[in-house]
Amino acid sequence: MSKFKKKKDGGLPAISTASLPDIVFMLLFFFMVATVMRENSLKIQNALPVANQVEKLDKKNPVSYIYMGKPSSGYEKFGTEARIQLNDQFASLSEVSAFISSERSALREELIPFLTVSLKVDREANMGIVGDVKQELRKVNALKINYTTGIGDVESNMN
Amino acid sequence: MAKRSAPEVNAGSMADIAFLLLIFFLVTTTIEKDSGINRKLPPMEEIDPPIIKQKNIFTVLLNGKDQLLVEEELMEIVDLREAAVEFLDNNGDGSCDYCLGKKDSRSSDNPDKAIISLKNERETSYAAYISVQNELVAAYNILRNRRALEIGASRGFRDMNFIQMQRNYKDARFTGNKEKLKALIDQIKLEFPQKLSEVQ
Repeated sequence: MSKFKKKKDGGLPAISTASLPDIVFMLLFFFMVATVMRENSLKIQNALPVANQVEKLDKKNPVSYIYMGKPSSGYEKFGTEARIQLNDQFASLSEVSAFISSERSALREELIPFLTVSLKVDREANMGIVGDVKQELRKVNALKINYTTGIGDVESNMN
Repeated sequence: MAKRSAPEVNAGSMADIAFLLLIFFLVTTTIEKDSGINRKLPPMEEIDPPIIKQKNIFTVLLNGKDQLLVEEELMEIVDLREAAVEFLDNNGDGSCDYCLGKKDSRSSDNPDKAIISLKNERETSYAAYISVQNELVAAYNILRNRRALEIGASRGFRDMNFIQMQRNYKDARFTGNKEKLKALIDQIKLEFPQKLSEVQ
């Protein structure tokens, strides 16, 4: 009889955690691949508005970013009005044209006409500064622009 | 000497190490937004503005308090899309055989002549401006999608609206005839040209 009584009726068998590292590694690789390290650290608030008629920004062509928004906490000494940020620092309006020419000089010549300027503007900024920047871009003939937005319903922009 | 096997390395803490890395990447990840509304700015050189009949211009004014004035009338943003579609699709002179509009003689002649003029003030908020831009682009997209579904089937692109056509054209895995698709996209773009002018 003892032959059939080998199994002790203990509690539940312990769940093997041997595959836990595999699962975690899988997640880890996903995030490593999906991560884009920020090119610029932002010194301004940059909550983008949303729109639903958006097109994907074509990454095959060169893209330059211009950020606008009011200085975030820690940079209050720069005022509470929306400001321009180019690369890593605050910039004045007159520096926009120099920024575009430096971006262009880093490109191969045949790509220059395809340079797209992505405007990342905080939703609370007003159109005055955006209009000024657009005017500067026209002066240096950088005419392809993209109002970068999130994807969503425009109703949520208004509150 | 007796052959000793190497002691097995305890792998129990591997999960902890992986978790540590995982949490680091979770925290530092910012998925960059890379979508938006593409626009082309007008070139700087002054050209004599062509004379345009008042009825062919759809004026949209967004004031500093984010209030919307469309054709001299106050309007909510939710109604803008429909009003713009009605204006573009009006077909006042009857020359547009693919329009379904009311043929109102006081509104635009045909989609080729119809121009939307957008004016904003310095105090206008960017969010409101983007909302209006979005609605105007949506109006064009509605008409283009409608046209794409009408003529797409006869060109071998059944059940595909304009947005899908554009997406397919860019998609490397699309198996259809890309040259024909490109011709069709260009034709629809010409039939409903996006004439959106911004007043400085």
